Amino acid sequence: MRAAVLGSWKVRIGLGIIGLFTLAAIFGPWFNSVVIGYNAKALNYFAIGQSPNSHHLLGTTSTGQDVLAQLIAGSRNSLLVGALAAVVGTALAILFGVTAGFFGKGVDTVLNFITNLFIIMPVFPLTLVVAGYLQGTGPVTIALVIGVFGWAGGARTLRAQTMSLRNRDFTMAMRMIGESRIRLIFVEVFPQLSGWVSAMFLHGVIGGVLAEAGLAFLGISNPDTVSWGTMIQNAQQQNAILNGQWWWFIPPGLCIAAIGTATGLINFGIDEIASPRLRSVRRAVVKRTRRRTEETSGGLPQPEEAAV
Amino acid sequence: MTQATADVTLAEESAPRAAGRRNRGFLLRRIGFYLIAAWSAITLNFLIPRAMPGSPADSVIATLQQKGGALTADTVASIQKIFGQPRTNIFHQYWNYLGQLAHFNLGLSTSSYPTPVRSLIGQALPWTLLLVGITTILAFCIGTSIGIICGWRSGSRLDSTLSPLSTFLAAVPYFWVALFALWLFGFQLGWFPLAGGYDPNSAFGSSPRFWISTLQYGLLPALTIVFSSCGGWLLGMRNMTITTTSEDYVLLARAKGLSPRRVIFRYAARNAILPQFTSFALALGSILGGALLTETVFTYPGVGHLLYQAVSNRDYPLMQGILLMTTLAVLVANFIADSVYVLLDPRTREQGE
Amino acid sequence: MNALASVPDPDDDLLLDVRGLTVEYAMAERSVTACADIDLQLHRGEILGVAGESGSGKSTLITALTRLQRPPAVTTAGQILLQYENRRLDLVQLEEKQLRALRWNTVSIVLQSAMDALNPVMRLGAQFADVLREHEPRISADSIVARTRELLGLVGIPDNRMRSYPHELSGGMRQRAMIALALACNPGLVVMDEPTTAVDVVMQRQIIGQILRLRQRLGFAVVFVTHDLSLLLELADRIAIMYAGRIVEIGTSADIYAAPRHPYTRGLRDSFPPLHAPLQKLSGIPGTPPDLNELPVGCPFEPRCTHGFDACRSDRPELLSIRSGSSQANGHLAACHLHDARLQPPALPTELSAHVDR
Repeated sequence: MRAAVLGSWKVRIGLGIIGLFTLAAIFGPWFNSVVIGYNAKALNYFAIGQSPNSHHLLGTTSTGQDVLAQLIAGSRNSLLVGALAAVVGTALAILFGVTAGFFGKGVDTVLNFITNLFIIMPVFPLTLVVAGYLQGTGPVTIALVIGVFGWAGGARTLRAQTMSLRNRDFTMAMRMIGESRIRLIFVEVFPQLSGWVSAMFLHGVIGGVLAEAGLAFLGISNPDTVSWGTMIQNAQQQNAILNGQWWWFIPPGLCIAAIGTATGLINFGIDEIASPRLRSVRRAVVKRTRRRTEETSGGLPQPEEAAV
Repeated sequence: MTQATADVTLAEESAPRAAGRRNRGFLLRRIGFYLIAAWSAITLNFLIPRAMPGSPADSVIATLQQKGGALTADTVASIQKIFGQPRTNIFHQYWNYLGQLAHFNLGLSTSSYPTPVRSLIGQALPWTLLLVGITTILAFCIGTSIGIICGWRSGSRLDSTLSPLSTFLAAVPYFWVALFALWLFGFQLGWFPLAGGYDPNSAFGSSPRFWISTLQYGLLPALTIVFSSCGGWLLGMRNMTITTTSEDYVLLARAKGLSPRRVIFRYAARNAILPQFTSFALALGSILGGALLTETVFTYPGVGHLLYQAVSNRDYPLMQGILLMTTLAVLVANFIADSVYVLLDPRTREQGE
Repeated sequence: MNALASVPDPDDDLLLDVRGLTVEYAMAERSVTACADIDLQLHRGEILGVAGESGSGKSTLITALTRLQRPPAVTTAGQILLQYENRRLDLVQLEEKQLRALRWNTVSIVLQSAMDALNPVMRLGAQFADVLREHEPRISADSIVARTRELLGLVGIPDNRMRSYPHELSGGMRQRAMIALALACNPGLVVMDEPTTAVDVVMQRQIIGQILRLRQRLGFAVVFVTHDLSLLLELADRIAIMYAGRIVEIGTSADIYAAPRHPYTRGLRDSFPPLHAPLQKLSGIPGTPPDLNELPVGCPFEPRCTHGFDACRSDRPELLSIRSGSSQANGHLAACHLHDARLQPPALPTELSAHVDR
């Protein structure tokens, strides 16, 4: 199954995009100082608001900062928050989902109720308000807040999967032998869920990036950090739109869009493999076959009497 | 009719009556869930400021004093009921909080002192309902309808172009599309105004000029929301339609010689829309989040923009008030969606939760 | 033994004449032939059973016969000649619009699982009403109710179930409702796709009994597709055995039971021990059905056959007429080189030349 998943071109492109940004996140500042030559935060009052040119490939901000450098450096913060949020979110999803699915009855009722509650509640405003209360808004804090409020959807899936696993013959057999439930969870159930968990983690990273950007845009961010969200926010505050400085806010948005598209593609690809019916057969292929058959066999055999 | 079939028939005659009983049970369970959820939301609202570092109550009082001078004892008391009364038992606090809430008293806004939070929300709410309500339903209907066509004719040129396009559109974050649209259509092309919900020069609510300007100002945000959210619905419906089309009951419908329109709508789409509707209900929470961002970009005077201002100004009472209102609103919307779903799918009346 | 079996007049009553039907699945890389060169004849009121394992092409045959296939399945050759109101129509040549007018009136289907085949969000009565109204646009609401009541009565379902949803009915009731639905427009032919596979043995018996009674009363023909040969031996007048997309043997059910001439048929028949026979060792058929993507050059059954010889590996056998011992060898055909004298096969094994009386 894993091989099939990686074989889909949609999944490959999606993973490729994410891979590219991960590289940017890891090597960003080094790349900035060595290749581009500008620090993301370096102010330069001699180069304010320049449109893209040979010195600054993506132009500069209203304080002379190089946009491209910011973009690359920003990927680190964005992805960091995304990854951390995903870790927290996935951990919580496993905690709630697997426990509820495995132990059932009372435990399940309570945990499931909490999960349903978090699914329905408007998470973003909630995140916004809580983040608004908190005094320190460094990347770690933001990631924690995003993770704590965003695990519910994954928990529901894991619960359903765990419940179906629990009812399968091999689990029942092991429980009859007397296998301890904790051991069962770790040794038997987890490996089966690994596919779901990794998909959920990936989703969580991307969701985290989007949430961070949204929060930063609304002003919830550490003033020191440079991330795609803060770039857009700064652009908004400095009236980039009114000044026509499209190079400032369009590239970071495109990066976020790229990450979002990567998710979509991966989802699409996985969906198609999970249910092959979604792999649409091109009508062109069918028409081609029919035409070919008619040509080679000299048309379909003549009916005895003309049809109606 | 053999004896066996006669016996079986007799046993099954009572089924319709039993179904009615199960119906009611199911509905009661759902109401129960929502009541508990609403209570949880209120309680969460109560707990959050008390769980936060620092003392929000003191900070609110301090800010208000800065702005308006001395505060009456009543005002101080009401603030403390929301944010935390010192030296009071927590259950006592909870009780006082609930009491205050029952009077629809959400406190006074610190950033727009002395306007009560209640009126600020009241002013902003219609704008959001108008914008978000209409556009969401519009996007759902458009996306779903095109999705049906794409799903029924999967593999055709239409489908092959629209599906990847929708994937991309669904992935792009709302607020960036909003920014882009604002820049392109508002700034570059100058077709739309750049901020606000209505023409600031016209008197509020009276003249036709005002109403027309609401349309003019609301069009770009509306188009942005519809444009970005359409894709998600399209893809979901397309996939569900493809799955449904390969079901046996659609095969039987075609075998019966029914007209294609009837097969598509009465058999395929009618069943495919059920899970689609469920995801719509679940998405209401995140739709609100998206609306929040869109309103901020366009400086549209809705609840989303209000929340943004509240957070920027650290206007705690307003933040709390909006949070509570939006949470309850989403719960109500979900409940309505759930009830409609029961009407749509006769099978749910059998199952409990 | 089916007491009602009669040998119909070969020409006058010919309802369905399928010649050389071939169905392919057009994939991006290449095509897979699901059914090849299918020849079938069906007379009025006759029950034809089609038996085969999964992957034999029997499900494709159903959608092909009823012209219900969707891409990527394509009918690439053959004719499906249907006798309709003194005319012979080739269903393959008809356009979808023309076909729609004929559907349910001439050919109807009964599917395997009524839970999946009945629209879950429509009441039972409505599912009858829409097909009645489609083929008779001016029919009155009263007539619809009356006719629905009549049809449900045929299968023993009470009137008050007309307002029920499919999930409110028991499994057996749903299956019977589907049979009643199939008869709504008085078709000449009903194609049944494993209608008894999803129900228990007791219900199976009831449904078979119902089908036979209804056939007696209304005179429709049946194509009954299943993997269960023993069922067909009870129910069908004639039986066709499918393997790897082709018919490998066809004959009366008596002949197929008493004198199977193809090793595969014999293997199938011997997999079902008779209830009253003395204890004997059960023999299955070793191996698995072939992958339709990679069919062998010669006989597709050869890898699993114990009687294969050289010709079997190089040439695919065609259906040949068999002269069988004492019974009326009416149209008994088998695709096996062992019966082809021209190829000088080794001596026919006793089991393939014997005639066993029930």
